[in-house]
Amino acid sequence: MHPAPSVIFFTTFSGLGFGLLAWLGFGYPAVTGWTAFVFFVIAYAMAVGGLLASTFHLGRPERAIKAFSQWRSSWLSREAWCAVGALVVMGLYGAGLVFLGTRFAALGILGALLSMATVFTTSMIYTQLKTIPRWNMPITPIKFLSLSIAGGALMSGQVMAALVLLLVAGGVQLITWTMGDKAFNASGTNMATATGLGSIGKVRAFEPPHTGTNYLLREFVHVVGRKHATKLRVISMILMVVVPVVLLALPFSHWLALMAVISHVTGVLTARWLFFAEAEHVVGLYYGKR
Amino acid sequence: MTTLPTHTEKKLGLVIDLDTCVGCHACVISCKGWNTENYGAPLSDQNAYGADNSGTFLNRVHSFEVQPAGEVAAQLVHFPKSCLHCEDAPCVTVCPTGASYKRVEDGIVLVNESDCIGCGLCAWACPYGARELDQAAGVMKKCTLCVDRIYNENLPEEDRQPACVRTCPSNARHFGDLGDPDSAVSQLVAERGGMDLMPEQATRPVNKYLPPRPKDTLSDAGPEFDVLAPFLAPVAQESKGFLAWLDKTLEKL
Repeated sequence: MHPAPSVIFFTTFSGLGFGLLAWLGFGYPAVTGWTAFVFFVIAYAMAVGGLLASTFHLGRPERAIKAFSQWRSSWLSREAWCAVGALVVMGLYGAGLVFLGTRFAALGILGALLSMATVFTTSMIYTQLKTIPRWNMPITPIKFLSLSIAGGALMSGQVMAALVLLLVAGGVQLITWTMGDKAFNASGTNMATATGLGSIGKVRAFEPPHTGTNYLLREFVHVVGRKHATKLRVISMILMVVVPVVLLALPFSHWLALMAVISHVTGVLTARWLFFAEAEHVVGLYYGKR
Repeated sequence: MTTLPTHTEKKLGLVIDLDTCVGCHACVISCKGWNTENYGAPLSDQNAYGADNSGTFLNRVHSFEVQPAGEVAAQLVHFPKSCLHCEDAPCVTVCPTGASYKRVEDGIVLVNESDCIGCGLCAWACPYGARELDQAAGVMKKCTLCVDRIYNENLPEEDRQPACVRTCPSNARHFGDLGDPDSAVSQLVAERGGMDLMPEQATRPVNKYLPPRPKDTLSDAGPEFDVLAPFLAPVAQESKGFLAWLDKTLEKL
């Protein structure tokens, strides 16, 4: 799959932003006034910034409002509803904390649940696709949610929770990679079933439809990413989990915490790039590519 | 709503004969022509006269080489591919705006271009590569089964079929109601063992592909007899002159 920067930024920062909102909703840290204001500005900047980035990959972004109509069937539409719901509820809850110095606990919990629902619906957009076996696994939503919760803990300064949750998220990521490596072959889709010619003999792509490239090849067949997959996995794991965990284990300082956040975000961006770049769409089979 | 209909009155679709397709790409051109000149956003080309040209097509012809087991010659199979108008179309249910839908009356999968936001998710969901996001219009394009031809009473009756079917010079493409077991296309599918592409993706395609017929081999044809061979026997067996000298000299070395 083509690793489009807009989608990588969107999933990374909205995951972190909604993760932080979820922690704030449950009252961790229990902040009010200006401190709460700063936390909410950071969370909204990431969540809303991510959502805005996602509109850059639309062909007709001016019609984005129509995406709210199909919540009965479409995960993308459900994501739109959850995101707006979470932002509105958390906005009211945040206003209470900042301006009234009061915590409306029920509102916060509802907002936290909606924030997690947003991350879940985002992950389901990818998980539902049978055409991309590496994503079409029940562990995909667990990976997105565990990363979002761990990132939220890190952003909200919950040191002990962040330490444990980062290790959990790292473990889930490792399992996802291992399972994902076997997914395409296990899916049962190959050139024989794609062409229906497998009963005659061994099928080989002889000539593509055009000498040039096309939308399908640009969007779905991205071979370069997989070449360095192992190296990128090591780099992203070190940045996303190992460095933040080491920094958090040291005596607390705001500078070390900032370094941990920067390292984590860079690591998640790297892992998310790989999430797209190494995913293989079955349509590549018609071109003899994966 | 982008939920799929539980039942369609007809299952209009194509039957593509991989045995007779000669890979001429006439269907590709006629499809691009009709669907550019008529309804909706035209099928644009980018950098059409440059080095890295590409464009939107609703129908593309691949070619595959199939090597049977044993000492048998490989076969070349030309393979036209367009939307299969699946009964369980995964492209329809993922659409967030309702732009993608499957018609109850005939089962055709269509895109309402004025509702499409160009998110591309339907193209991600399609295993066959049948949908392409037009780079100029920013909306998703796909085969309409020439819905603006097949019911068009302004056209002569023989033209009321998809442009690709009408133009195919080898009659490799057939159009009809695959939901009616007595229709000509259904009979053809039954007779020739029509098959689904990627059945394991559980999309239940309406379009069917007819597999290539078994090929005969040279040994089946009996001893080779060439009527022209006696007339084509070489007349000059020995070389003469400089070449003969050169040949002899080199032989001696």
